[in-house]
Amino acid sequence: MRGTPRALLKPFTETTGLARWMLVAGVLLTAVFVVFAVFAPWIAPYGFAQASSGGTPFPKLGHPSSQHWFGTDRLFFDVYSRVIWGARTALKVVVLSIVLCVLLGVPLGLASGYYGGWFDRFVVLVMDAMYAFPSFLLAIVFSFLLTNVYGGSVVAVSLSLTAVYIPQYFRVVRNTTLSAKEATYVEAARAIGASDGVIMRRYLLQNVIQSVPVLGTLNAADAILTLAGLGFLGLGIQSTDAAEWGHDLNRALADAGSGVWWTGLYPGLAIVLLVTGLTLVGEGLNETLNPTLRRRRLLPVVMPPRNVSTPAEEEQG
Amino acid sequence: MPTKPDTEAPDLLVDVRDLSVHFALRGGTLSRLFGRDSGTIRAVDGVNLSLRPGEVVGLVGESGSGKSTLGRALLGLVPATEGSIRLRDQDLAQLSRRRLRQIRRVVQMVFQDPNAALNPSMTVEEAVGDALRVHGMKSAAERRAGVVDALERVGLSPVELFLSKYPRDLSGGQKQRVVLARAIVLNPTLLVADEPVSMLDMSVRAKILQLMLDLKHDLDLTYVYITHDLATAKYFCDRVAIMYLGRVVEIGPTEEIFAHPRHPYTKALMAAIPEPDPDKMVPRDLPRGEIPDAAQPPLGCAFHPRCPEAVSGCGWESRDLRTLVEEHWLRETAAYDEERTVIGDLAHLDAPSTSATIGSGGSAQVRAILEGMKAEDPDEPLWSGVQSIEDAGSGVTVSFEPAPSPALRRAGGVEVACVLYPDEG
Ligand SMILES: Nc1ncnc2c1ncn2[C@@H]1O[C@H](COP(=O)(O)OP(=O)(O)O)[C@@H](O)[C@H]1O
Ligand code: SF4
Ligand SMILES: [Mg+2]
Repeated sequence: MRGTPRALLKPFTETTGLARWMLVAGVLLTAVFVVFAVFAPWIAPYGFAQASSGGTPFPKLGHPSSQHWFGTDRLFFDVYSRVIWGARTALKVVVLSIVLCVLLGVPLGLASGYYGGWFDRFVVLVMDAMYAFPSFLLAIVFSFLLTNVYGGSVVAVSLSLTAVYIPQYFRVVRNTTLSAKEATYVEAARAIGASDGVIMRRYLLQNVIQSVPVLGTLNAADAILTLAGLGFLGLGIQSTDAAEWGHDLNRALADAGSGVWWTGLYPGLAIVLLVTGLTLVGEGLNETLNPTLRRRRLLPVVMPPRNVSTPAEEEQG
Repeated sequence: MPTKPDTEAPDLLVDVRDLSVHFALRGGTLSRLFGRDSGTIRAVDGVNLSLRPGEVVGLVGESGSGKSTLGRALLGLVPATEGSIRLRDQDLAQLSRRRLRQIRRVVQMVFQDPNAALNPSMTVEEAVGDALRVHGMKSAAERRAGVVDALERVGLSPVELFLSKYPRDLSGGQKQRVVLARAIVLNPTLLVADEPVSMLDMSVRAKILQLMLDLKHDLDLTYVYITHDLATAKYFCDRVAIMYLGRVVEIGPTEEIFAHPRHPYTKALMAAIPEPDPDKMVPRDLPRGEIPDAAQPPLGCAFHPRCPEAVSGCGWESRDLRTLVEEHWLRETAAYDEERTVIGDLAHLDAPSTSATIGSGGSAQVRAILEGMKAEDPDEPLWSGVQSIEDAGSGVTVSFEPAPSPALRRAGGVEVACVLYPDEG
């Protein structure tokens, strides 16, 4: 299926103007955090739950210094290292939840839209109910339930985020499938003897997943905030399992009163910057996806200068 | 109602018997919720049709006459509501979905709009090769050989140039060739071509039709050729079946139908063929009225509201009376206000019935108006279908002669469904 990558890249390659600049800025900002996440062990000077180095314990709530650029927190951890490692946690959770959303939401939306009937009505009902639920509340409920099963792990948080965002993937794919399945080429596929599975996989899939990448980036920004929110409430990942910005902010709350600003500032800044980056990517893409916002790149019309001295042109004029 | 001579029976490729395909009309959400039936469309209504191997049979009729639905039923793409479709010795209605998909090796279809019939994200090779793939040809090399052969047959050469093209890179004619290639790559016996050239430019129509004739010759195909255009049917078909509102109204050898059109609808279609000689141009529109609503077809002969030759036994009914009264008012605007109060509301006549009660201003007055209308146009065939006019309250009940939908009967070398052609016996 050579068409699939091309179909997926289409929203990215078709941007123009302001949208393109938003996209470039967003991609750069996001790329920085992706680099942090991927190369965290090399970039971060210490581990995320490391309280001493070479036998020397770190200071508690130590000021930013040459050893600890962003200082240390009340658990003796190096704040700079935790910010870097936090990017890895954020990326893991977001990627895992979006992959789950796509792996579950796309086939479900495809089947629901294609078969219709009571199956469709049932799935739509469930998804609508999930969508109507305030999303943060839903995330809280799910992580509460899942923490009992999986502990405060990356998997548990990712699954809660999946529950929050899957209705959107389902909806988009189901609605595009509803219109795409009426196309003559679907009936033509049936006419050559294709089974329902083949029709969904080889004929409908490529034509209904085009909006998924945009949805993914838009949700990624939201997911970072939800993840931080869960961590802030203490429902997310525990400090010793992984570095998580929201949870660090929660602990920094107690420090703020005593003039310790570094434990809160840096994780907060990381959240703001990554969310901004992802939002810029998402909005930049959204502009190309949403036809009412889209502006085609127009070539400027250049009028030839009126040149009185060439009679040939005057005749044409 | 076996109408075909027994001699045709043995080597039939397809035998369609009393086939009906009805679609449930989707009402609003509310009526579906309460299970209210919002009616059915009889897209195909009691059709008999048989195909001998190697034959080209045309299905001709205006849009909405059920041609495509009949064609799709031949592939099992829509289920038969009643009747049977026998392909050689299998009844399509009896087959499982899996067996039905295998049937589609033998019966293939070409669609009207080549722009819509190809998946925009498949290359020509994938599109044509997928027909082989779904029927179990696993090897890509084998598939490519099959695809190359099919593309050569439909005249897309050099083939290498087309294999990796997407539909958007091709012209309409080329796309239709790809659709034809996909249809023949499985070596089918029967090809249903649903208006294969009507969406193409004039300049390529003849080429595609010629290609289809060549393919038929080379591959021993049998065609069902669907069109609303009698001119191409004349060029292309051995036999034609004229369809109107889901029924075959005339069927026979092409020369005979064109030389002596019998059914009034066939004659009207003939008149609609553009005449190359401007002096012989006839009015191109069909006689009065539009195609009736397929959900509530006219009683009796479905063509009677538009038929220029209609007689008493054609199935006159309440809706015709409403049309007649309203046409009368359109002409006689001066009389409208006064007569309107006498006749009253006409909306209830829309429920089809052979008896119609109208009038609220006194039986005698209503009678007088009806008499006046009759005097205005004594040739109007509706009046001949009136059996009686009886007083009913402050109005009258007009009873019409009930009539069944005419069956196909032999007339000359063809079969016609019209009361003007009673059985030759
Ligand atoms: N899938 C369907 N659902 C409901 N009605 C249909 C469907 N397909 C066709 N019809 C109706 O059946 C009638 C015949 O349609 P069709 O077979 O497409 O006619 P034609 O090909 O002669 O134009 C039309 O009134 C059409 O609206
Ligand atoms: S039965 Fe024949 S004459 Fe009567 S309306 Fe139909 S086509 Fe016309
Ligand atoms: Mg049609």
